[in-house]
Amino acid sequence: MQILNQIADRLEQGEDAQVDELTRQAVGQGVPAADILNRGLLAGMEVVGRKFRDHEIFLPDVLLAAKAMYAGLAHLKPLLVADQVPSKGKVVIGSVQGDLHDIGKNLVGIMLEGAGFEVVDLGSDVPASRFVDAAVERGAPVIGMSALLTTTMSVMKDVINLIRERGLSDQLRTIIGGAPVSADFARDIGADAYGFDAANAVERVKDLVAAA
Amino acid sequence: MDRLLERVRRGEVLVGDGAWGTQLMARGLKPGECPEAVNLDRSQLLVEIARLYVEAGAELITTNTFGGSPLKLALYGLAARTEEVNRRAVEAAREATAGRAYVSASVGPCGRLLKPYGDTEPDEVAAGFARQVRALAAAGADAICVETMTDLREATLAVRAAKAEAPHLPVIATMTFDPTPRGYFTIMGVTVEQAAAGLAEAGADLVGSNCGNGIERMVEIAEVLSGTTSLPLVIQSNAGLPVNRGGEIVYPETPEYMAERARRLLDLRVAIIGGCCGTGPEHIRALHAMVDAAPGRR
Repeated sequence: MQILNQIADRLEQGEDAQVDELTRQAVGQGVPAADILNRGLLAGMEVVGRKFRDHEIFLPDVLLAAKAMYAGLAHLKPLLVADQVPSKGKVVIGSVQGDLHDIGKNLVGIMLEGAGFEVVDLGSDVPASRFVDAAVERGAPVIGMSALLTTTMSVMKDVINLIRERGLSDQLRTIIGGAPVSADFARDIGADAYGFDAANAVERVKDLVAAA
Repeated sequence: MDRLLERVRRGEVLVGDGAWGTQLMARGLKPGECPEAVNLDRSQLLVEIARLYVEAGAELITTNTFGGSPLKLALYGLAARTEEVNRRAVEAAREATAGRAYVSASVGPCGRLLKPYGDTEPDEVAAGFARQVRALAAAGADAICVETMTDLREATLAVRAAKAEAPHLPVIATMTFDPTPRGYFTIMGVTVEQAAAGLAEAGADLVGSNCGNGIERMVEIAEVLSGTTSLPLVIQSNAGLPVNRGGEIVYPETPEYMAERARRLLDLRVAIIGGCCGTGPEHIRALHAMVDAAPGRR
């Protein structure tokens, strides 16, 4: 459908006002909300995610595209709820305690929402217990943790240990990321997955949800 | 001691210092604690660390004011104490250097994204940097060092603030680049060429790169810089990217490895060579020895 391609294209260009208007029009024309979401907004975000991963575009482009995505989503959210369109799954994310860096974490949140996940963003400086409590309360099967500092990485292990202590290992999966974090580190602390960048993190979360 | 810029323009190569965060951590700074809070109640630690670097051969000592912009300090409820945070760090560095090294006053990113990507007005960011620079200059800094920038607009706001508030001080400006298949870019999409041109236009006296992905990458960045600007260059490299060795987080590049690779910087008009994350006094000692041994460099 022409208008959905337009939405995807305008989103890629970061034109939030146009995405806002086009989404409103599509809703007015009676296009199902799920189609506008999947074939318009999310299709556009997928291209943005790929281009960012391939270094064709940079953080500013992603942030503008995200603004456009949220402008469109605002029209769709009530409809998606009314239509009972299921999300791809819930993910709790945050930067770990002691870490105030949140650009990487925000980027992962944007990409996850752009891939159709429901994101519970706990912000930065999040203590281990809050990650686990939030995941249990909100019924999220995945916890995503970010750290930029070598000094805060150890909090990730605290979260994983807490999950074990509370006997939640069967229902909660963990994924970690951030500049100092590596696949080796993830393995050492017992994290279920490691995302080397935001786009890769989304792929790994898809795997975790599929396996859950 | 001659003025910094005169020495650089004569072709002298100066050695900077290494990382501060790890040194502070080793002396009790807790994860998540504001690193600049040390300036207020434990400034003797700053003197101790600066002395280690001076003794290792550092000719510029960085002040512990990387997060000293009031916008960043606000995250820790310390914005109202911006002047004190910045002044005390310069005072500690001056006490330690006692004229043996320049005090290079660090100005890092404000921690906020500028409009339209974020929600912060450029005027607010500029005013914050101006306030920080005023305090640094009044306390007697020898240079302002705008560092670890990824957004060229934010970097130029800081450089311009430094030039306006402290016109008598040289301004060093460095950005942080990552390798991509199309060359080096900051995460905000700024190329090395754009950075050099933009920082020079804003008034920077020395331009370069800090942090990054290890010394070999830094040499490549310096090669691009030397081909695109006539300004003297600054390179302050990480000791590689951190790796996990048996549960311990370590930066892989040894002092010897770094100094050996950094030798190439002498051919590229690099005037200040120092370290960033993962480097300590031993790295600075090795860099100093390398620079000292280079024929006709001093």
